[in-house]
Amino acid sequence: MRIRHIDADLLIIGGGAAGCYAAIRAARAAVPGPAPRIALVEKAHIERSGCLAAGVNAINAYIGEGRRPEDYVDYASRDAAGIVRGDLLLSMARRLNGTVRALEEMGLLVLKDGAGGYAARGWRNVRIRGENIKPLLAAAVSAESSVAVFNRVNVTAYLTEDNRIRGAVGFGVTEAVCYVFSAPAVICATGGAAGLYRPNSPGFAGHALWYSPFNTGAGLAMGILAGAEMTTLEMRFVALRCKGSIAPTGTLAQDAGAEQLNRLGEAYGERYGLSTAERVYGTRRENAAGRGPCFLRAARAGSGQWEALCRSYLNMSPVQTLQWVEEASAFSGNVTPPPAPGAEIEGTEPYVNGGHCAGGYWVDSDRQTTLNGLFAAGDVAGGCPQKYVSGAMAEAEIAVFAALDYARRCPLSPASVKARDSSVREALAEAERFLRRPAALFTADQLEEAMQQSMDSYAGGIGAQYRYNGAQLARAGDRIGQLLRLSEALRATDMRELMRIYELRERLILCRSLLAHLEARRESRWPGFGEYAEYPEAEDRWLLYVNSRLRAGEVRILFRDLVGKDERYEHTH
Amino acid sequence: MSIRIDAGACTGCGRCAEICPGALLRLDEAGRAECRYPGDCWSCAACVKACGRGAIALYRAPELGGLGATLRVKKRGEALAWEFTLPGGAVYVINSQPGNAGEY
Repeated sequence: MRIRHIDADLLIIGGGAAGCYAAIRAARAAVPGPAPRIALVEKAHIERSGCLAAGVNAINAYIGEGRRPEDYVDYASRDAAGIVRGDLLLSMARRLNGTVRALEEMGLLVLKDGAGGYAARGWRNVRIRGENIKPLLAAAVSAESSVAVFNRVNVTAYLTEDNRIRGAVGFGVTEAVCYVFSAPAVICATGGAAGLYRPNSPGFAGHALWYSPFNTGAGLAMGILAGAEMTTLEMRFVALRCKGSIAPTGTLAQDAGAEQLNRLGEAYGERYGLSTAERVYGTRRENAAGRGPCFLRAARAGSGQWEALCRSYLNMSPVQTLQWVEEASAFSGNVTPPPAPGAEIEGTEPYVNGGHCAGGYWVDSDRQTTLNGLFAAGDVAGGCPQKYVSGAMAEAEIAVFAALDYARRCPLSPASVKARDSSVREALAEAERFLRRPAALFTADQLEEAMQQSMDSYAGGIGAQYRYNGAQLARAGDRIGQLLRLSEALRATDMRELMRIYELRERLILCRSLLAHLEARRESRWPGFGEYAEYPEAEDRWLLYVNSRLRAGEVRILFRDLVGKDERYEHTH
Repeated sequence: MSIRIDAGACTGCGRCAEICPGALLRLDEAGRAECRYPGDCWSCAACVKACGRGAIALYRAPELGGLGATLRVKKRGEALAWEFTLPGGAVYVINSQPGNAGEY
């Protein structure tokens, strides 16, 4: 396999909203000396990659008229039942509105109210027509001459030396090339992880997911293997979604004023509470009590409302609109809008996601991870939930300033090239083992399904009603260990299959850490997201962070005190 | 969920394969787009939007309630015309333009 070396001042891994914006901000940063050389590496293509590939119809993190960033911190903290990093939330919240202006400058259509201000949805949402948000971000990246974009390159491992990052190694997805990136500072923006658990509809529709099925937790797994500290993985995200399409429900609930109704027509939302986790929990309880199916149904309205909803969902989840049109035509040639638009709702399988929940890299106030020179932004970064698009971009901005500063202060020493080359040889040899193996009994798809079934049954998936106990978690741990072992003997017949093997391994490595976190937090703080059977209540003594590090092949748990919004957090190692 | 490609309308430009977030598409031996892994499709519609010939349509899997309708989109400046082809062949259109995009 051909080896290609790329030297950069800043390497950004992952070209979703956070990664693209990081590249743009880095290119425009006012720094002394020559402009920094920026490399942006993306497994897919930045024009339509990450969780925004289909688009989005609202900016969900914004500080509306008369509100302060502190209000956002309080809201996010309540929604997460207290397990947040106040320092991270506050610095993010202060930059939210600036990122929305930046998106508008890139050409994003932000809806306006009658007075020329942004059209708001509540005090923290702004309406947009965002089906093209990724092409706009990608175009802004392409306009920066100091950014080199590497599409279809799957980064598989960090290059490190003495707990310091010095680059990353990856493989082409469509061509047999090994890429070696050398950089004094790296921003990881690979997103959260989908596909750890059995989905709502396994089989042909198995990728009908809330989160991008191509977000495999790569950055988390690479960090875990490099010994970086992770936080709050046990706060898994379970989304309340429209059944079938797995489309978002916020637009129906917040804009169309739709209520959660059980089969008896009772509005059950208030009975359980209306936080993100409580909405999921209530729907699950209603189904368990025999009062399903459950719906989100708007009050009776004209056909204009139905079509407006259809248009809105085309901005983020076109299949939901297709579903509504199919339901409204039901094999006839005519579309008859229903009197009260709505959708059946259900919970998804659990995800690890630092954009909605708090699971991800443990970072300092500047978003530096515990691996020196490695920064994290977006859904891969922990401690800072409810960040969504604008928050991910705000974090990217914070990380960029700190990373460029680090790169200036701590250049790579030429003496360590030898160490790098030996790591590269190791990574290359592993890839070539997968590619050269003459035959294999199992496929990556089979092992992925086995992983999803084990996590579903034993680690609180849909099939287990999000419940788990200690004995089940131990069983899941054994299975994940076996599957990791089996994954070493897989065979790839081309570079895309090689990517699939790495994706499977990333998920397995993340599952192993996730299981340790679930076991360690002996309470049930977010019943909508999961219930620990032996410890069904939330307890104040668990107002702390559950963190972990991989040491000598073992996931070691450590507990850390909460960090408030007025504190500044630095790693002490 | 997945996509259907109209081989007759495909010009083989390769845009869909270039941008598919799952690397699911490629050009076949005849130079026409094909989806190699239909079960891995996320239904993000990136290819549907990128195809200048309207050769790619989205459909819903039967296990999710799909009834055989398909969805394509045509771009005219700032306006998007979303075309739903119902099972009998009738076409239903929803227009999305800056003025009406954001009631919700």
